[in-house]
Amino acid sequence: MIESKDVMKIADLSRLTLTGEEVRLYSSQLNGILQYVEKLKELETGGTEPTSHVLDLRNVTREDRATASLPVEDVLRNAPDPKDGFYRVPRILE
Amino acid sequence: MELFELGIEGIKALLDKKEVTPHEVLDAFFARINAVEGKVSAYVTQTREKAYEMAASAEKAGNSGIKTLSGIPFAIKDNLCTKGIKTTCSSKMLENFIAPYESTVTERLSGAGGVFLGKTNLDEFAMGSSTENSAFFTTKNPWDLQRIPGGSSGGSAAAVAAGECAAALGSDTGGSIRQPAALCGVVGLKPTYGRVSRYGLVAFASSLDQIGPITKTVRDAAMVLNAIAGRDPMDSTSAPLPVPDFTKAAGMDVKGLRVGIPREYFIEGMDPEVEKAVKGAVAQLEAMGAIPVEVSLPHTGYAVAAYYILATSEASSNLARYDGVKYGFRAAGKDLLDTYMQTRAQGFGPEVKRRIMLGTYALSAGYYEAYYGRAQQVRTLIKRDFEEAFRVADIIATPTSPTAAFKIGEKSADPLQMYLSDIFTISINLAGLPGISIPCGFTGTGLPIGLQLIGRHFDEEMLIRAAYAYEQSTEWHKRRPALPSDNGADKGEGPKAL
Amino acid sequence: MSVRYETVIGLEVHAQLLTESKIFCGCSTKFGLPPNSQTCPVCTGMPGSLPVLNEKALLFTIKTGLAMNCGIAPFSRFARKNYFYPDLPKGYQISQYELPVCERGHVEINTGEGFLTRRIGITRIHLEEDAGKNIHEGAGPYSFVDLNRAGTPLMEIVSEPDLRSPKEASAYMRKLRAILRYIGVCDGNMEQGSLRCDANISIRPEGSTKLGTKVELKNMNSFKFVEKALEYEIKRQTSAVKNGEAIIQETRLWDTSTGKTHAMRSKEEAHDYRYFPEPDLVPFMPAREWVEEIKAGIPELPDARRVRFIAAHGLSEYDAEMLTSERALADWFEESVKLGAQPKAASNWIMGELMRLLNEDGISIEESPLAPAGLVELLKLMDSGTISGKIAKTVFDGMYRSKKSADQIIKEQGLVQISGADELGAVIDQIIAANPGETGRFRAGEEKLFGFFVGQAMKATRGKGNPAMINELLRKKLAGN
Repeated sequence: MIESKDVMKIADLSRLTLTGEEVRLYSSQLNGILQYVEKLKELETGGTEPTSHVLDLRNVTREDRATASLPVEDVLRNAPDPKDGFYRVPRILE
Repeated sequence: MELFELGIEGIKALLDKKEVTPHEVLDAFFARINAVEGKVSAYVTQTREKAYEMAASAEKAGNSGIKTLSGIPFAIKDNLCTKGIKTTCSSKMLENFIAPYESTVTERLSGAGGVFLGKTNLDEFAMGSSTENSAFFTTKNPWDLQRIPGGSSGGSAAAVAAGECAAALGSDTGGSIRQPAALCGVVGLKPTYGRVSRYGLVAFASSLDQIGPITKTVRDAAMVLNAIAGRDPMDSTSAPLPVPDFTKAAGMDVKGLRVGIPREYFIEGMDPEVEKAVKGAVAQLEAMGAIPVEVSLPHTGYAVAAYYILATSEASSNLARYDGVKYGFRAAGKDLLDTYMQTRAQGFGPEVKRRIMLGTYALSAGYYEAYYGRAQQVRTLIKRDFEEAFRVADIIATPTSPTAAFKIGEKSADPLQMYLSDIFTISINLAGLPGISIPCGFTGTGLPIGLQLIGRHFDEEMLIRAAYAYEQSTEWHKRRPALPSDNGADKGEGPKAL
Repeated sequence: MSVRYETVIGLEVHAQLLTESKIFCGCSTKFGLPPNSQTCPVCTGMPGSLPVLNEKALLFTIKTGLAMNCGIAPFSRFARKNYFYPDLPKGYQISQYELPVCERGHVEINTGEGFLTRRIGITRIHLEEDAGKNIHEGAGPYSFVDLNRAGTPLMEIVSEPDLRSPKEASAYMRKLRAILRYIGVCDGNMEQGSLRCDANISIRPEGSTKLGTKVELKNMNSFKFVEKALEYEIKRQTSAVKNGEAIIQETRLWDTSTGKTHAMRSKEEAHDYRYFPEPDLVPFMPAREWVEEIKAGIPELPDARRVRFIAAHGLSEYDAEMLTSERALADWFEESVKLGAQPKAASNWIMGELMRLLNEDGISIEESPLAPAGLVELLKLMDSGTISGKIAKTVFDGMYRSKKSADQIIKEQGLVQISGADELGAVIDQIIAANPGETGRFRAGEEKLFGFFVGQAMKATRGKGNPAMINELLRKKLAGN
């Protein structure tokens, strides 16, 4: 089913760093869960429509009107490293 | 009877008659919290100063018109954004996050005069069924402090049961209001998906999450629902339907009401005490004129599997925003990528990481059809099961939880075991239906057992009607946990009082 | 025998929509405000926030689809495109995947060979949100994130791989831009980033129908750079293939300073975007009446207008093309014709003097201080002989700069044309008398000296002399009459 290298790839995609121990632990747990989830394959789903939205709502929109934004101080209050009105992060390499 | 033992209606009556003031109500509840919180650990943050401010405003504003909950003290689950107050989701990731805006439900609740005592503990990011996944501490079940209160709204349910608030708000994605309510012997209502705005609810699974009341009585739940329900222009998925007065349904009789009993929920080998209590409740309803009808929900056995694909997929996406850039916890990293990896590895607990990875896998290239696509189809089948059942039944009755509260640590080793305890509540979220859990008995060892009633879409009135009729014909809701009180001080790993 | 290669190009154009507010929240879309001053819980992806769709953004997308001959989907919805980047606050972009708003359209472009046009297919047009901006200051170890732009509505227009040359690619872009500006949904400013272009380019042996390995090109922020980058890439790929090298499927960036494209430095693992339907937004099914209403609101588009200008106003292809390149320009022209201007004359003055002055000031025709009525007045005065053609330029300038009417300026500066035979005759007599040498030589047969006398007459009358009259009188008097 799922091997260590798959778990590492998923962890990478999810931006999670795992210790070797964790890779082993999660591998086994995820496998257990995925095995359980396999039972979905028993079902004949054929042409059944998938449900993306459980309500039958359509066409919900709002008027195009500019409203007040949050003041910068409020926006950056929780920022780990605010600088001169920006969010500062380690350099992004293009 | 102590003030803290009263629910919304009881306190409201005293306030209306001016026998107490909102200030005095608060004194009573904070005293109660002082007495028992050390044992229960329901609160992550207490907001005493703010509570008294709100009480003073409530007193000034009076209790007429929309101020239906004026002066009533509430506990708010800590995954609801409350402006200016820490909103942690019981996670290291948001341990110091101060919400810069107010969620719609708390705005409406305070708009109705409600007063907030504090934010309650939950399974981290609402992922869990026992509140053991909180990154801070485990809340204890007031009926037996060695046992879990249920989850993920364990803090809210325990607070209500322990008299540490008059009522509380919780959230429910796979049973997180109903199951802890059942395990704590209180009322928990999950409205129809779209009935209550999700704006301000920290998202776990967007197509499944709903906010609802946890209260001492059914009428209390109806009163809270009145205040928080209704379309919100900030939530595209909130239904543009009028909000009836849900309290009017309380007091209507149940003569001729067809109560569906799904055979798949009463299986060989189920906990005999749970079976007895729930079947007893159904008999009680029958005695009052309701008509039990056997129904079948054939895809019940696939619900947990479908849920754990859909919910984790949505969660893996909803939690991608926690990257240490804009708010929340940030770990030091040698470069940007490392910062992301370390922040998320250290900020999230194991259950959250497990679900993120499961969801990422289910959505990833090559697996989408087999997992996510298929789970969505199963969701349709489950929805259809209920549509079929509701052709011959007006309401469906089931146990809320397969067992009463289990011991702390008993199920935490095997995640799958924990998932399976959601088996009775999960289908309802998948179908978007409303559900309520009310006390219907106790185990031999004095642990609460819950009856779940399920209604058609937007038919919370039917739920209130049946639940109230049953409740009033029994004494379960009058029982209180025998919590020995401390004298004052919080000990050990308690919450921080503001 | 050497193989000839043909180029296959497809373009993905992103256009920022001219809405007042962002696509999913009410923050303003105004450009150039202080960093992070135009944000809210929704566009910064704060916990618990939810998106609500801006109706105008949807309307603009439908309008664009209709203007580009697309079918409008009866059922459409949003999807999440999941990836991590600091300028993407939610860790996913709300975009569209399987069910875009518009599909299967086309535009016509001028291939540059005479006035033949080619049809370029448009695969789809969908709606999505823009990301914020990352700023790198010099070589420091930090980047700075500004989320003001995050949530601006963006329309993505994807072409079929129907383009066959860099020139066609830029013609296609120009056509898109013209249409977008005509219908008022985007201002098409590539330098400011309100119109962006990524290209997919591959080559294949001429006659082959199989597509070669495609390379994605980014970072081309002008029409010129799009052409240059594509030209370079064709050379690079052709040379590689001729050397027996395989083309790597990759993303390359155009580098203006080197004039080349190079592969992106960062490890470009194939993105797994894990698309799934956006649960926080409900699907939309645009009502037929609404779509009809939008269609009715589409003005005459550039191509149709150009054709009509040629037929109705007798303009040349070239003039019609120029005048219809901007809607406001075409409007200005038509207004002047409506008020009585002769089309060819109006066209000349607009494309000549007016454009010159506007360019000098760096303003657009919408900001022109001179209105069509002014040009019409001027042309009438020329037709009636009140002013000469030469003086007219001076008057035009004056009208533009001072906003006064032609009449006022002519009066104030005494610019009325001198046509009186007596007055002009006297001037010419004086010139002949003052220049006996030249007069002699002309009378002796040096015809080309005629120009000298014309020039002198113009100088003496300060340009106001009626040229025809001057000519006639000069001929007479020089001939000795």
